Amino acid sequence: MTTLALFEPGLYHLVGVSIALLAAGVAVILTKRNAVGILMGVELILNAAGINFVAFNNYVWDNAMDGQMFTLFIIVLAAAEAAVALAIFLNFYNNFDTINVDQADELQG
Amino acid sequence: MFTTLATGIKPESLDQVAPFLYLIFAGITVFSAWMIVISQNIVRMAMYLLFTLGGVAGLYFLMNAEFLAAIQLIVYAGGTLILIVFGVMLTSKNPFMRLHTYLWERFVAVGLGALLAMLTTIALVNTPIKQSASDQMVNHDIHTIGSTLLGPFLVPFEVAAVLLLVVMIGAAFMARSRA
Repeated sequence: MTTLALFEPGLYHLVGVSIALLAAGVAVILTKRNAVGILMGVELILNAAGINFVAFNNYVWDNAMDGQMFTLFIIVLAAAEAAVALAIFLNFYNNFDTINVDQADELQG
Repeated sequence: MFTTLATGIKPESLDQVAPFLYLIFAGITVFSAWMIVISQNIVRMAMYLLFTLGGVAGLYFLMNAEFLAAIQLIVYAGGTLILIVFGVMLTSKNPFMRLHTYLWERFVAVGLGALLAMLTTIALVNTPIKQSASDQMVNHDIHTIGSTLLGPFLVPFEVAAVLLLVVMIGAAFMARSRA
């Protein structure tokens, strides 16, 4: 069969996507004022970690599936973290009538 | 790159399309992620996050992790993202509000992100990685996942179950209405 493929997607291609997601997540966390937006940045970083786990599981250590299991637990923890964070944000919004994280400065020394 | 679930052999036709699928999914993922950075509207950010999560699910498919891809779509795109959209709905007087960020803040943030990416790339290039030859690859089917989850990963599995219960009670307690 003649090869139509230009390249075979390997470990470094997937880790490259993961690095781009990590940088985007850090930028989101640093720029957004909306607390829910910051939560989205955290989700991006967690996804970057998940891609890394699955990629290294698939290309480096494929006689086990520990990486996939870790990613499964990352997804579970991300769901739990989102639920708790949103409960905190709702409390914050009820008390301060805003979701801007710059207004959450009552505890600052 | 691909192995089918049932037989474990590599069909050549799937290997042919793998680079194109990789380019499509990686493009969607990275583009949407950076659109989240650029966008000022929280509802649009949630929408781009949906595309990012879908693209990551596609990448999981390409890496022989079909179960994880399905879980990613069900739990992340179907559950966590809905939770986030609910959070947006409940915490804004109008859904199109914009919170201002200064231009220099954006430059600092993107610069820090680029710096982190550069450091990670340097670390990756300087690390010798011995890639396996895929001759003793385990079958990533649902049977193996189940026996791994209830075998070596039994304790984390149970701890995750207790954690979800604690989170459910705690979130309901914190977000209750004080009538």
